[in-house]
Amino acid sequence: MAERVRKAFSIRRLPGFTTVTMICFAALYAPIIVIVLYSFNAGDSVALWEGFSLDWYTVAAQNEQVQDATLRSLLIALWASGIATTLATMAALGTTRTAKFPGSTLIYVLINQPLMVPEIVTAVALLIFFASIKVATGYSGLAYLILAHAAFCVPFAYLPIRARLEGMDRVLEIAAADLYATPWQTFRRVTLPLVAPGIVAGAMLAFVISLDDVIITEFVKSAGQDTLPTYMLGQLRRAVTPEVNAISTALLGLTILLLTAFFILTGRNDKSA
Amino acid sequence: MSDIAVSAQSITKVFGSLSGGLRALDDVSVDIKTNEFFTLLGPSGCGKTTLLRLIAGFETPTFGSIVLEGVDITTDPPFKRPVNTVFQSYALFPHLTVAQNVGFGLEMLGKTKKEITHAVDEVLALVRMEEMAHRYPSQLSGGQQQRVALARALAPKPSVLLLDEPLSALDLKLRKQMQIELKRMQMETGITFIFVTHDQEEALTMSDRIAVMSAGRIQQIGAPRDIYNAPTNRFVADFIGESNFLPAEVAEVGMVTLANGNKVPAVVPDDLVTGSKVTVSIRPEQVELDPAGEGVLAGTITELVYFGTDMHAHVDLGDGSVLVARVQAEADRSLVKGEQAGVRFASGGLRVVEDGS
Repeated sequence: MAERVRKAFSIRRLPGFTTVTMICFAALYAPIIVIVLYSFNAGDSVALWEGFSLDWYTVAAQNEQVQDATLRSLLIALWASGIATTLATMAALGTTRTAKFPGSTLIYVLINQPLMVPEIVTAVALLIFFASIKVATGYSGLAYLILAHAAFCVPFAYLPIRARLEGMDRVLEIAAADLYATPWQTFRRVTLPLVAPGIVAGAMLAFVISLDDVIITEFVKSAGQDTLPTYMLGQLRRAVTPEVNAISTALLGLTILLLTAFFILTGRNDKSA
Repeated sequence: MSDIAVSAQSITKVFGSLSGGLRALDDVSVDIKTNEFFTLLGPSGCGKTTLLRLIAGFETPTFGSIVLEGVDITTDPPFKRPVNTVFQSYALFPHLTVAQNVGFGLEMLGKTKKEITHAVDEVLALVRMEEMAHRYPSQLSGGQQQRVALARALAPKPSVLLLDEPLSALDLKLRKQMQIELKRMQMETGITFIFVTHDQEEALTMSDRIAVMSAGRIQQIGAPRDIYNAPTNRFVADFIGESNFLPAEVAEVGMVTLANGNKVPAVVPDDLVTGSKVTVSIRPEQVELDPAGEGVLAGTITELVYFGTDMHAHVDLGDGSVLVARVQAEADRSLVKGEQAGVRFASGGLRVVEDGS
């Protein structure tokens, strides 16, 4: 047996495999590592190391614009991921728990449209669309950004929820109905608890996607509605300061935290289901 | 209380379009008596599971109606029917403990916590799973999951319990044990059991009555003994146990003429006239072989298949047909492969069967 295993084709045995892997990882992570390192730089250069300090974190934290942008980003991400996850859950139920109907593939494509349409197109479309609503209603609050974010977050929430629903044995819901559970009770007592990890995972993914969006936000936001990413973009246009490095690193930390939780959740699904 | 628990009346079920769709059930009518252990037996695709799903309410019939204790429930959704199912895959809720699984139906019926706890304890005792109440399904063996699935379906005390091949995933020894336990539970609870299986031995062991199904129709309904000893058609004779089939002609009352011209006694339906071409069946254990060559038929022994106490002897009758006889293994010495043997039939063994499917 061992003999045969050794003879089997393995991509890891191709010449240069290790080298190529190393180059890929270096290209991916070296820039990020540089940013993280220089966020701890004592001097105000982004290219010259002058010793370790947390000064730039303090500067960023005390900057009122950064504070506002951070709160705004979190607020938008919370609302947008909440709305997107609710819609995505309903969409996932609608596409997995109904009889196959003509055009169901089209529906699937339509739900995932934001993944395929270039973001800049959506951004321009939303800008024009919201501009006319702004004129008509006179409202220019955060709701536009929240709705725009919710719209492009739907597929990110939809895909893990749908995957979870498809992986779930339909016979469980039939069994619940057999045991006197009404359709609503079946959903609340059987479907929802079993899909919950998928919903939480979808919400977290949507949250992260909303948190770092630049293009659509840049087009849709009104004056004074900078989110953290658009604020950073604005700063970089003027001068590159290690403050941006510090904010990037903090954002990176938060994202890693959420994505780790996402993978733990979806990973656990596989074992229990 | 009505004597009939479930009555399926002229049920036809077509999947897909009415003209080109799959006709899973074709004008099936059956009355299942209260407190009966009733088995739907047939090969896969015969419609037995469809009939079960129609009674449970997971499907609605294309034509016909389902009557439960005198009430027409044809269009009622499953959660309104006092009928519970034990699923082939058990379908235990993985996020609930054994006790919560078993209590689920009672909870949905709005019973109080006290009533639920009491009933759960009682039914877990019935299936001997008291120790496992706080485990999750993933922590149980297949056999244990099976017991919990049974307990969950029995807990709400349904009028009828439906069992969809519940033993098929168990190994042979456990299956034999569960067959006896299922029968015990049915006696103890007094609930009508409708059991679906493709295993004829399982059906014969447990059932009060069996409906043998094939191609969407019921071929024969009767007690295990009647089905085995008096199959009405070729399908039943072949599916339940083993049978030999021979061409024959009706000679006179209670007699048929075999292909070689010999007249032998057989069970012949009254409506057959003399001279009708028929098929007669005979069980291998009702075929006797005589090495001395005495008998109503004669042939050459082509094969001797030994399996423990019994042995199957294959006898070539010379006209292309082969007869299988089950003989005691001690007869081994007198029967020799390649030798001639006479064939006799035990009285009452030979029956005329309908040729239809």
